[in-house]
Amino acid sequence: MISIKGLYKRFDQLEVLKGIDLEVEKGKVVVVIGPSGSGKTTLLRCLNILETPTSGSIEIEDQTLDFSSSVSKKAIPPFRRLTGMVFQSYNLFPHMTALENVMEGPITVKKESKEAVRKKAEQLLSKVGLGDKLDYYPFQLSGGQQQRVGIARALAMEPKVMLFDEPTSALDPELVGEVLKVMKDLANEGMTMIVVTHEMRFAREAADEVIFMDGGFIVERGKPEDMFTSPKEERTKQFLRLIQ
Amino acid sequence: MKMFLNSIIADPERVSRLIDIAQSSLQPLLKGAILYTIPLTLITFVCGLILAVLTALARISSVKPLQIIARIYVSAIRGTPLLVQLFIIFYGLPTIGVVIDPFPSAVIGFSLNVGAYASEIIRAAILSIPKGQWEAGYSIGMSYPQTLKRIILPQASRVSLPPLSNTFISLVKDTSLAAMILVTEMFRRAQEIAATNYEFLLLYLEVALIYWVICFILSIVQGRLEKRMDRFVS
Repeated sequence: MISIKGLYKRFDQLEVLKGIDLEVEKGKVVVVIGPSGSGKTTLLRCLNILETPTSGSIEIEDQTLDFSSSVSKKAIPPFRRLTGMVFQSYNLFPHMTALENVMEGPITVKKESKEAVRKKAEQLLSKVGLGDKLDYYPFQLSGGQQQRVGIARALAMEPKVMLFDEPTSALDPELVGEVLKVMKDLANEGMTMIVVTHEMRFAREAADEVIFMDGGFIVERGKPEDMFTSPKEERTKQFLRLIQ
Repeated sequence: MKMFLNSIIADPERVSRLIDIAQSSLQPLLKGAILYTIPLTLITFVCGLILAVLTALARISSVKPLQIIARIYVSAIRGTPLLVQLFIIFYGLPTIGVVIDPFPSAVIGFSLNVGAYASEIIRAAILSIPKGQWEAGYSIGMSYPQTLKRIILPQASRVSLPPLSNTFISLVKDTSLAAMILVTEMFRRAQEIAATNYEFLLLYLEVALIYWVICFILSIVQGRLEKRMDRFVS
């Protein structure tokens, strides 16, 4: 399903990803944890090509981009559509209502008919529990509601993989649960997901695999119960002690 | 001023003459406004805005030659007087065989001017939109032009509305400079009428008042537009 091989990312002098190899099977939920600066967000952004990797290749559902040679600009938007991105700061379009936010991609990018898209968008917003907030502008919604619109917006493009970049980090504590619930429902439906998060409970309850990153490397990976109870690497132990 | 007022009060015949002139000149002045001042302003502003968006995009693009061309253009226009630019186009170019009529000359001169000034406003407005908005557009598969058109420019236009209104209102008044290159707009008509009856103060005050009324109406329109555009922010 997803196959990342030898992925490097360098910003000027700073090498953030130092050779990442990762396979994710269809329908699996992978949680990426690690200290800040470990490269976990950059890895996620490389999958959506919001950052262009320096070298290495990414394969998603039979489509491959190899960054060792130059990648044509035309190849990027269709590749991006394989993945849906959910941002830490939601990044909703403030000049559009919740419904318009969700409809924007299918209408502008896929050129689907307005009526069909509207129906789909309404269903998606109901699914994330916002069926009664269709015509609200982002500023009229709480953080948790905005993030759920963000999830619906990404789902509207029918991606093969959902990427979550610390989706609950900007939220007040009491609003975290509603977003995590939507994510868990999605996981139960069989969506392939890669989630960068500090929510260890989510990792325990929903993840098939937990990956610990540090210094641009994948240090350790394993099933959540093993990772949290008996990590093998010293750095993983240290990190888990710090956050628990 | 005191002498002028005294002479008027002392002379009822002069008063009725002034009223007559004010009344009879109103029609040709308004005609100048409707036939030239207002169309010149509107055409110029639209052309100028298109030029400004293109220039702003060139300046923020990653293509070096485009950046340099845009910079030189903005620098040259902002660094030289508008009146000199108009003279170059209308009186200067014919010496190398390029003859342009007064009205199109004015359109070219003012458009170049608005384009340069407004490009800085639009550039700043585009840069003020958070990077996350571009990324959100890209993340749902949108291309650069799609993201620009659907996501960035609608938000940037809200930010740039007040300074662009300023440019627009300045432009209304600046079109009076077109009188210097023989466009029979409102101010030139005032000059022509005053030259026949020598009531310079009256006619220039009258024309000033009409400019003021036009700008006053425009600032009301600006207020309404701002309110409309603010509907999506708290």
